[in-house]
Amino acid sequence: MKLNKIISTATALGVAAVLFSSCKPQGPQAVTTSGAAEKVYVAPGKYDEFYNIVSGGFNGQMSIYGLPSGRLFRIIPVFSVFPENGYGFSEESKAMLNTSHGFIPWDDLHHIALSQTNGEHDGRWAFCNANNTPRVGRIDMKTFRTVEILELPNSAGNHSSPFITENSEYVVAGTRFSVPLGENKDVPISSYKKNFTGTISLISVDPKDGNMKIAFQLLTPGIDFDLARAGKGPSHGWFFFSCYNTEQAHTLLEVNASQRDKDFILAVNWKKAEEYIKQGKGKKVSNLKYAHNSLDEKTGVATSEMLNEVLQLDIAELKDLAYFIPCPKSPHGCDTDPSGEYIVASGKLAATLPVFSFAKIQKAIADKTFDGDYSGIPIIKYEAALHGEVQKPGLGPLHTEFDGNGNAYTSFFVSSEIVKWEVKSLKVLDRVPTYYSIGHLSVPGGPTKKPYGKYVIAYNKITKDRYLPTGPELAQSAQLYSIDGDKMQLLLDFPTVGEPHYGEAIPASMIMPNTQKIYKIEENQHAYAAKGEKYTKVERKGNQVHVYMTAIRSHLTPDNIEGVKLGDEVYFHVTNLEQDWDVPHGFAIKAANTAELLIMPGETQTLKWKPQEVGVFPFYCTDFCSALHQEMQGYIRVSGASSNVPLTFSTGKVEAEPSGK
Amino acid sequence: MKKIALFLGIAVMLFNCSPDKPKTQEEYPENNEVQSEPVPAANLMDPGKGIGSVKSVTLNTPLEQDRVKRGNAIYEMKCSACHKLNTDRLVGPGWNGITKRRRPEWIMNMVTNVDVMLDKDAEAQKLLELCLTRMPNQNVSIGDARDVLEFMRQNDGEK
Repeated sequence: MKLNKIISTATALGVAAVLFSSCKPQGPQAVTTSGAAEKVYVAPGKYDEFYNIVSGGFNGQMSIYGLPSGRLFRIIPVFSVFPENGYGFSEESKAMLNTSHGFIPWDDLHHIALSQTNGEHDGRWAFCNANNTPRVGRIDMKTFRTVEILELPNSAGNHSSPFITENSEYVVAGTRFSVPLGENKDVPISSYKKNFTGTISLISVDPKDGNMKIAFQLLTPGIDFDLARAGKGPSHGWFFFSCYNTEQAHTLLEVNASQRDKDFILAVNWKKAEEYIKQGKGKKVSNLKYAHNSLDEKTGVATSEMLNEVLQLDIAELKDLAYFIPCPKSPHGCDTDPSGEYIVASGKLAATLPVFSFAKIQKAIADKTFDGDYSGIPIIKYEAALHGEVQKPGLGPLHTEFDGNGNAYTSFFVSSEIVKWEVKSLKVLDRVPTYYSIGHLSVPGGPTKKPYGKYVIAYNKITKDRYLPTGPELAQSAQLYSIDGDKMQLLLDFPTVGEPHYGEAIPASMIMPNTQKIYKIEENQHAYAAKGEKYTKVERKGNQVHVYMTAIRSHLTPDNIEGVKLGDEVYFHVTNLEQDWDVPHGFAIKAANTAELLIMPGETQTLKWKPQEVGVFPFYCTDFCSALHQEMQGYIRVSGASSNVPLTFSTGKVEAEPSGK
Repeated sequence: MKKIALFLGIAVMLFNCSPDKPKTQEEYPENNEVQSEPVPAANLMDPGKGIGSVKSVTLNTPLEQDRVKRGNAIYEMKCSACHKLNTDRLVGPGWNGITKRRRPEWIMNMVTNVDVMLDKDAEAQKLLELCLTRMPNQNVSIGDARDVLEFMRQNDGEK
């Protein structure tokens, strides 16, 4: 009996082992050492240690994950409409997506910059860039909502954005595409070298309320800006941008923009630029058109204003403002270390990784150790700026972040790995594979003066065989590695929504205590709020019908509306009377060609509805709110255009049927 | 016999695997910020006063008219969607006669500490069984609840 049991157990184990090995995916294996599961397990009811605020790439949204679990908590719509909660469809939010080109429902969100004070995270705002129709967005970390979007004039392809200075003085926006500017934009594409100009906008951030404004714009030669980082500590006051296409190609850039051995890092002295602006050297350009959209948090309504002026400085005309530093082949990442002394430039086609020294750059400028100029801007001699090169680090270096112990972590796209190296000695310490083709990476607090360390997160471009397949389009993904020990250790794969270009991680303790739970109904200043059922009503203004509606568990008031006619535009202004956390109500009406509303406790949201036919249309609450949620519903009657049905509304009113019917 | 034992075994396993009872808000103190300092049940032995930080209320005659006015406004904004002023039940019970049925402390604790009351107070639980919709936490402060109480007294005919 006992022997039998042992044999059968052994057989079972053998079968399991065979099964297990035959199920293994093909390709490189993740070597997760024991204990990985424990390190990422967040027990039910417990919280993650970090928020990971990640760009959604082509979904135009920002997503919020927990670390170390990799669980997705929230998707924040920023540059794309989001029918799930009515963003871009509700009357309140529509203006947020307004631009000089009209309403734009989509964009490509690439990078995140969390606000900083004294070079450390302060947990107030998250900034992000729209890569396609150039804009910068600001998210309030109390409400996790998009509260401001600023369009950028004279810009095309806002890729080198929204990197931030150490006291959030400026968020930067550099153009990926140079384009013709000024009066005559109708020029041959082949006249690139003559007519195309790049710009870098410095957007000031109001320290009190975060409001963004273009402080000034730098005019640059017609090249492509890729990424950037602000200086910090000793290099505070400077910004560093990676540049490519210094060949100034306008076609087949894959080949034509990869000819030169070296492209450039552009070092900009923005404190000097501030001085020039103070001296009145800024040129006012005033025939522009760009949108500035902001959410009034008292009314919950976004408004859009059209602006037309910026101040410009030409970096080739003004002295001591900007310098080029040669950098091997098409640099991507351009990252300052926590001390602010070292700038790591990742030439994505290069075999070495140059590290520049801020002190040496300053000395070279003082000594004029230049190697000619490029379009009138001095080029600092490569060797004069160089701290040293990391030799044979890997293939295709893209982006570098840092821990608090003097180490750097660089992603290598072509060789699919993360390489850990020591900044001062330039010695490679460790390397781990990623699955596959890592783009950016992120260390919690990595871009700040005081990284929290602990993990590095890889944002990958390809997942191939890592997840259950879902047809031609596969999951995008991130991977979490422990960096606590000498050896990096892969802990977790987690799928992401959209394409995760870049993310920042911040301790939960800096965000969680400030989270807003409700909107106080007493403070709701929406013009159409019904702050109590007594104030519900239906009003006609010409062909507009305004319904002042309330929602509370579990009824809508009014829930019977008559007297609407074909040709009318009905505005449902729904106020959620709840004052408890996590009790949103939804609102949907049949045949709405917009979306639904999700109304948070204490706020008012408006859905515009234009009935197309006569009949009785149902509406209901879409967010399960109580045991009687399914009963939370009502009707609106739509009559013919010439009908005499009076405008009436009620809840809970039952009239006797007329006799004889 | 064997079958029964196996069945029992599975039943035990199922029982063991069932998730823990959902925790009440009280066991998650960090979730309690919107509430006004809930007091553990053990500290309040008088069942008629309910559970919460309101231990005694002084009622004055004549009514304090300022409070009545504020209480009425709060009623309209936060309470009237579910409570009528007569004896009819809408979502919750009508308010007519409430100050005769309940002690003032119970009313104020119910308004300001509703989640704990619905989980622990026998009278509140009877109401939940009757109405089937949990009374929402409407983020009413102690001072506001006192004003609402004064409005209730007026509604019950006090001068």
